[in-house]
Amino acid sequence: MSTTTTASPNEAKLWGGGKSPFNLEYGKVMMWYFLMSDAFTFGAFLISYGTVRFSTNGWPDSNEVFRSFPFAPEGVHAPLVFVSIMTFILIVSSVTMVLAVHAGHNMDKKGVVRNMILTIIGGIAFLSCQAWEWNHLFHEGAWWGSNPFLNADGTASSTNFTNFFFTITGFHGFHVFSGVVINIIMLIMTLMDKFEQRGHYLMIEKAGLYWHFVDLVWVFVFTIFYLL
Amino acid sequence: MSHSHNADANHEASNAAAMAEIKKVTILLSVLTIIELILGFWMIGITSVALRLAIKGVIIILMMAKAFYIVAYFMHLKHEVKNMIMTIIVPLLLFVWFIGAFLWDGGSFRNLRNTYDPYFKEQATIKVEKKESEHGAAKHESGAEAKETPAEKH
Repeated sequence: MSTTTTASPNEAKLWGGGKSPFNLEYGKVMMWYFLMSDAFTFGAFLISYGTVRFSTNGWPDSNEVFRSFPFAPEGVHAPLVFVSIMTFILIVSSVTMVLAVHAGHNMDKKGVVRNMILTIIGGIAFLSCQAWEWNHLFHEGAWWGSNPFLNADGTASSTNFTNFFFTITGFHGFHVFSGVVINIIMLIMTLMDKFEQRGHYLMIEKAGLYWHFVDLVWVFVFTIFYLL
Repeated sequence: MSHSHNADANHEASNAAAMAEIKKVTILLSVLTIIELILGFWMIGITSVALRLAIKGVIIILMMAKAFYIVAYFMHLKHEVKNMIMTIIVPLLLFVWFIGAFLWDGGSFRNLRNTYDPYFKEQATIKVEKKESEHGAAKHESGAEAKETPAEKH
């Protein structure tokens, strides 16, 4: 498992100290720091959701709001079913991304291409699910500034719920979208033999870090909006 | 580290170990998600506030476990140099204050409003009927209102 980090082990000797302090390539370190700042952005969103929810007497029941799925008959009551499918899609696409990174370590171009394609398909599938869910909620009357749902105890609800839902899942969905775009670019670069020429697949690892972060954020968004 | 040995056998062994690790973490993440979903389904029928809170606590712990496995193994942080791990983990400790302070603030605001704002408190006791509103219908209503206002002036 130690093969991942150094682009070229010989380079480290140039420093005379034996090793660069982090034993990581520059781009990867910067990707980590970018993801850390992104974590604070998402954290701020989710914590403000928590603050507002804590300062309110009632809140809609997520099992009532998210109860439908595609092709289901009208008025079906199936809480958590659709979102669990979305969650598993993202987990599976995360696994295929790990496999792509792993294939990259072994300079296995075919493996990288295959797993990148699977990851892109997973990302597009997730985005399609989200598009369906947004569309469905919109037709139920939910949007920014409009909340048709009542609180769990039957009292009137404010628009805070829908505002936070669309803002946070929208921001996450935008990350998934940019992740898919990045993955497509990585796939094209792989097909053009860019990484074979460079002698390493470190770019796949950086795209992988971003993609896993998107999956990581979904773990929190999914739990906070659909389960808690 | 093992790559520099570069003996084929060594390479294959580390390869197999990596694949085994990916498999293990995949299964773990799936199992944790399934447990979360089972708890979520179980919670639908439960009205006891204390029990709901306890289940939510368990779900949050499972969520943190999933986050740990994704970051440590999929994002590979566990296998990085310790200084690198620290530059990521230590700043994230800010979240301990961030979450605690802001949730506390939210709860405090709710108490203050329930104490000093009778309207706010009353709203939480009045049950209302759910109104069926499609977006088109809502727009139509507001359009009708807009037309009424100039009519009233006459």
